Amino acid sequence: MSGSANIDRRDFVKVVLAFLGTIMGAVVGLPAIGYLVSPATRVQQKEAWIPLGPQENYPEGAPTPFSFTRTTVNGWEKTVNSHGAYVVRKGDNELKVYSNMCTHLSCRVSWKDDLQEYVCPCHDGHFDAEGRVTLGPPPKPLYEYETKVEDGDLFIHFVEG
Amino acid sequence: MVDKILVWVDERLGLTGIYNTIFDRKIPKTNWWFTLGSASLFLFVIQGLTGMFLAVYYVPSPDHAYNSVQYIMDGVAFGWLIRGIHHWGASAMVLVVFIHMLRTFYYAAYKYPREITWLTGVLLLLATLGMGFTGYLLPWNQRAYWATTVGTEIAATVPFIGDFILRVLRGGSDLSAVTLARFFAVHIWFLPAVMAALIGIHLYLVIRVGISAIPKEDE
Repeated sequence: MSGSANIDRRDFVKVVLAFLGTIMGAVVGLPAIGYLVSPATRVQQKEAWIPLGPQENYPEGAPTPFSFTRTTVNGWEKTVNSHGAYVVRKGDNELKVYSNMCTHLSCRVSWKDDLQEYVCPCHDGHFDAEGRVTLGPPPKPLYEYETKVEDGDLFIHFVEG
Repeated sequence: MVDKILVWVDERLGLTGIYNTIFDRKIPKTNWWFTLGSASLFLFVIQGLTGMFLAVYYVPSPDHAYNSVQYIMDGVAFGWLIRGIHHWGASAMVLVVFIHMLRTFYYAAYKYPREITWLTGVLLLLATLGMGFTGYLLPWNQRAYWATTVGTEIAATVPFIGDFILRVLRGGSDLSAVTLARFFAVHIWFLPAVMAALIGIHLYLVIRVGISAIPKEDE
């Protein structure tokens, strides 16, 4: 056989093995990369318009609390986070919604009717009805949600982070 | 240039010697039944690789096991393929290892001087069945749960120590989170480690004492 143009038996086996091995490696190897990487390519919805019901439900004047939950799914695990907000209505045209998360260290503030202020229980931060800091360590005013009213229903724009 | 590098590397690692010992050794005239040992090894490697990938997402805990398997099937790219190969590879491995044993038996290849090759092979067959038994529980679905209930009940029929065996298998009297965790540990650590060691001895002996020829009619 040697010297002839024909391929000998051993080389034939080697070529076939290399060829089949490459195909099998690719068929199993490439999906394996996708398998490891695919969770990284999944983008979670980080924002949403949260319905708060008909705006008439919220009395004019005093801030009214509202709470909602957001569910995050990571793989086989579900995490439910609860969030709170205060709806402030003054007449038909003026409507504001503030987050109840203190801008200092993320404790939850609550509205005190006697003080006419939001008070944070952790480090005694105070905010006035418009969410401005009046006392204590908070560095920023309360977060104000973007709002919209559709067919009389109130929505706030929730953005994570 | 490439040849020069290969010669340089080979001079230091002695790869040609290893290659010649393993692949260019002299063997008697054989037939296709003699490929089943290599097929078993191939399946063992495939099961090991796909198992490593499954372990990336699988959680051996009753509150997450089923959901993590569903996540592998639906939530991850090609998870169905990896699990499918592991699932069918497991059945194929039991089959191939068993036929490999039958071939050795009918060709009387277990006789002198290959007794230890045979004995390690017996242990490997048992370990393969153990892998099947422990792996079957891990998806934590109804079939897995009740199959393991039945399997451990069968072990409990052993006279005198049966109940003790059942408790050791289950890690208590009930099939529980403890059972799932220990089956998982045995499936991915204990048995694979034992099998890797036994395969090492088995292959060393196949090369050292060689394989037997097909018996002739007058033998």
